[in-house]
Amino acid sequence: MASLKDMRNRIASVKATRKITKAMQLVAAAKLRRAQEAAQAARPYAERMDAVLAGVASRVTDKTSGSPLLVGTGKDKVHLLIVMTAERGLCGGFNSNIARLARVDALRLIGQGKTVKIVTVGRKGADNLRRDLGKNIVERIELTGVKQLGFSNAEGIAHKVLAMFEAGEFDVATLYFSEFKSVILQKPTALQLIPAKIPEAKDVSVKTATAVQDYEPGEDEVLGFLLTRNVSTQVFRGLLENAASEQGARMSAMDNATRNAGDMINKLTIKYNRLRQANITKELIEIISGAEAL
Amino acid sequence: MAATFKFELVSPERVLLSVNAEQAVVPGADGEFTMLPGHSPVIATLRPGVLDVMSQGLRKRLFVKSGFVEVDPTRLTVLAEKAFDVDDMTPALLADEIKSAEADLANAKDDDATSMANTLVSELKRLSNRAA
Repeated sequence: MASLKDMRNRIASVKATRKITKAMQLVAAAKLRRAQEAAQAARPYAERMDAVLAGVASRVTDKTSGSPLLVGTGKDKVHLLIVMTAERGLCGGFNSNIARLARVDALRLIGQGKTVKIVTVGRKGADNLRRDLGKNIVERIELTGVKQLGFSNAEGIAHKVLAMFEAGEFDVATLYFSEFKSVILQKPTALQLIPAKIPEAKDVSVKTATAVQDYEPGEDEVLGFLLTRNVSTQVFRGLLENAASEQGARMSAMDNATRNAGDMINKLTIKYNRLRQANITKELIEIISGAEAL
Repeated sequence: MAATFKFELVSPERVLLSVNAEQAVVPGADGEFTMLPGHSPVIATLRPGVLDVMSQGLRKRLFVKSGFVEVDPTRLTVLAEKAFDVDDMTPALLADEIKSAEADLANAKDDDATSMANTLVSELKRLSNRAA
């Protein structure tokens, strides 16, 4: 049976924990807003990019002779998985969900006799996958010191991936990140990066607008230029979505933790009061029965 | 009032500028071209250089570092990886940019990259000479 002093300490400790989780929740909420704003600000560029790319790609009729970035290398022997996770933990199932999706795919591909190479972005993903897929990890990129994600971060990653592609180190690249649906819902997503999945031209106006378009220098040059840019843009989008998702996941995880701590404090306090009252009653009985014996 | 078109400068991180403009000179990869309202639709890649925008009688000069433009009769959208207002550029900032551009030039692997980096360096130097 715990003594009163032990219980007091226990309650104090849970209260301290609650303060920390509450603070983390508030910080995550503030960061989430910033991350959401960044994701929103990046949208116009990505949308124009998608629209233009869709327009150009639909004009390229000969799908077999196009850029390998669009049509692929013609093989799918070596797969590159780019797994993007957070640098820090304490955000619920965020990191492990992404890692799980990537692991399932990796094991399936290995089962089919394909070669799997993994590039991890973010420390947590690397830690998670190291145990069983450690030998497949070819590169670990960490963004620990980065305060505000910039396009240059995405470009750095994209350049590495493109250099590997040009060196013929893989045939298919897939990006793993968490899509930000809402504060409480983040969906781990796999996005095929190379060969590029061309978004369908959304409405007719886009299609007809591009039908009479001129290209300078030429269609193929523009398409080639766009495709390399597209890799950076997609990586950037993944990074931003991930950043928002991470904060959202951390916010709800910390909200849960704060609530749990509150429940625990209530329970402990009731228990503590009962024990205190029992002790007082016991002491009273002792005094009274002592007095009666006289 | 003169006819205008919508001019938008978009970087991957955010929309940098969105104004109604009367005229814009764009440094296209095949040479500079002037955009006026009613221009025929064009998609063109950019070389590093200065974008000259006339908006409500005000001239705005923007330095862009690679990207592409999408033109239709009522709109000009510039998608640039990096862009800054020429008036905001200090000699120190220019020196930094020149340094990184020269590093790119040294690392350039193929002809395309070399010529891009070369243009970038020379354009930046021209700007800094003018500022000095």
